[in-house]
Amino acid sequence: MDLQDLYRDVIVDHNRRPRNFGKLAGASHFAEGYNPLCGDKLHLFLEIKDDIIRDIHFEGEGCAISTASASLMSEAVKGMSRAQIAGLFATVHRMLTREGAAKDQDLGKLAALAGVREFPMRVKCASLCWHTLNAALAGSAAPVSTE
Amino acid sequence: MAAVPEIAGALDVLRLRGDFPVLGRMVNGRPLAYLDNAASAQQPGTVIDAVAACAKTHHANVHRGVHTLSQEATALFEAAREKARRFINAASTAEIVFVRGTTEAINLVAQAHGRPRLQAGDEIVISWLEHHSNIVPWQILCQQTGALLRVVPIDRRGVVDFDSYQALLGPRTRIVALAHISNSLGTILPIRAFLDAARKRGITTLVDGAQAVPHLSVDVRALDCDFYAFSAHKMYGPTGIGVLYGRERILESMPPWQGGGDMILSVSFAGTTYNRLPHRFEAGTPNIAGAVGLGAAIDYLEAIGMEHIGLHERDLLGYATARLADLPGLAIIGTAPDKSSLVSFTVEGIHPHDLGTVLDSRGIAVRTGHHCAMPVMEYFGVPATTRASFGLYNTRAEIDALHDALLRAISLLR
Repeated sequence: MDLQDLYRDVIVDHNRRPRNFGKLAGASHFAEGYNPLCGDKLHLFLEIKDDIIRDIHFEGEGCAISTASASLMSEAVKGMSRAQIAGLFATVHRMLTREGAAKDQDLGKLAALAGVREFPMRVKCASLCWHTLNAALAGSAAPVSTE
Repeated sequence: MAAVPEIAGALDVLRLRGDFPVLGRMVNGRPLAYLDNAASAQQPGTVIDAVAACAKTHHANVHRGVHTLSQEATALFEAAREKARRFINAASTAEIVFVRGTTEAINLVAQAHGRPRLQAGDEIVISWLEHHSNIVPWQILCQQTGALLRVVPIDRRGVVDFDSYQALLGPRTRIVALAHISNSLGTILPIRAFLDAARKRGITTLVDGAQAVPHLSVDVRALDCDFYAFSAHKMYGPTGIGVLYGRERILESMPPWQGGGDMILSVSFAGTTYNRLPHRFEAGTPNIAGAVGLGAAIDYLEAIGMEHIGLHERDLLGYATARLADLPGLAIIGTAPDKSSLVSFTVEGIHPHDLGTVLDSRGIAVRTGHHCAMPVMEYFGVPATTRASFGLYNTRAEIDALHDALLRAISLLR
């Protein structure tokens, strides 16, 4: 159990200074993630045009893992199509749950989250934003939870 | 197990630690520092052995067979009831109902006492710092009967406001249900004053004693409450067993809660005669080994003495409060003048779950989250806190380890 592997510099940095943080005026899609046991809350705003995510913002409160994960995700998916996001979601999911050996270079900065899989209780923190993104893309109104 | 003074003349803690097998284990390469006692306390070997002996030697159903094992199991089970009676100084074992735990006890009272009596417009009074298990059963009862839930406010220290409480007691108040000690903040209620005020008005009283029984001696006759509920696993016993104390006169007036075996005297399709107290409220085969384990936990606590435990834990509380105060950005939530041995806190800029993970990496077990007291969290404007809660076997050295691990978390995450 290596703490440095969980709280890598990239994670700590994105927790301290989350990117794309705040509401998004004129968002075309929205979804809410909420893990009531943790208290992690996430509001995700998307602006989608021609099937491409033109902009993405999030706000909420949560632990370092959930905040950094949402921040890293927001950078990664900007400019992607729905199909590209579906592929990335699957890769991230494999990385977090060790179902397959996702190569770190496939994931860029998102690979910083690989340490989470050594901390099973924290996987739900890292995955909350991704499930919320799926809900936003699907136009689902019900809040998402990964608990 | 003789109490030889170590700290403040209270307990020979290092020797007592040897009674708890789990305290010898390592967690993530460090000796376990178990500071989550308010969630569940560890069991001494005598409790573990008593439970195991039930399975190895005496296992049978109770109150039924004429064979030797059934008689032994019944004798052990009823001896545990007598220990529980003595532990809280109830007048009779008829007043000691074995339940799964505090939660079940409160639900039993809500459904078997409250539901037949309450009418639309009647009122139930609880405090703002209750555990969900002393909120939700009353909300369900309100939905069923049209009764209304009234909540006594707390102040910024986490003290329940006595004047507001008195003002809330009115002609329609039927039940007052209060925690003896808050699980999330550690506030000790001046419970006798609260009970006296209700009793004067003829209001039924219930005390949620889950957090009190491991820390101070409880005397239900001195308290003069109608119901007192507690769980074995908070007081170094097994999970899945607890006690509902009920004043005999009131238990007698209550209809059964669940139907089944053991709670009847005779059954025919024309009708059923219910068993006497306390068996009327114990339908089905009970948690026999659990009750025996509770009895062993009571023996263990009584041999040490609740007053010695209280002294030691007060020392730990004072030490922890002073030690954590020098950490930058740390704020203690819950600063009542009369507090049990726990410290709930937030650290600026660091989420409790990250703190919990850092502490765990150093073998330190704490609780992080809302502690099943979401209204308390809402009142203080925090989603969650970190809670270190101490028991009879904790040491100042473990609090030092907590302090150092918090420093590490601050340097890593802030």
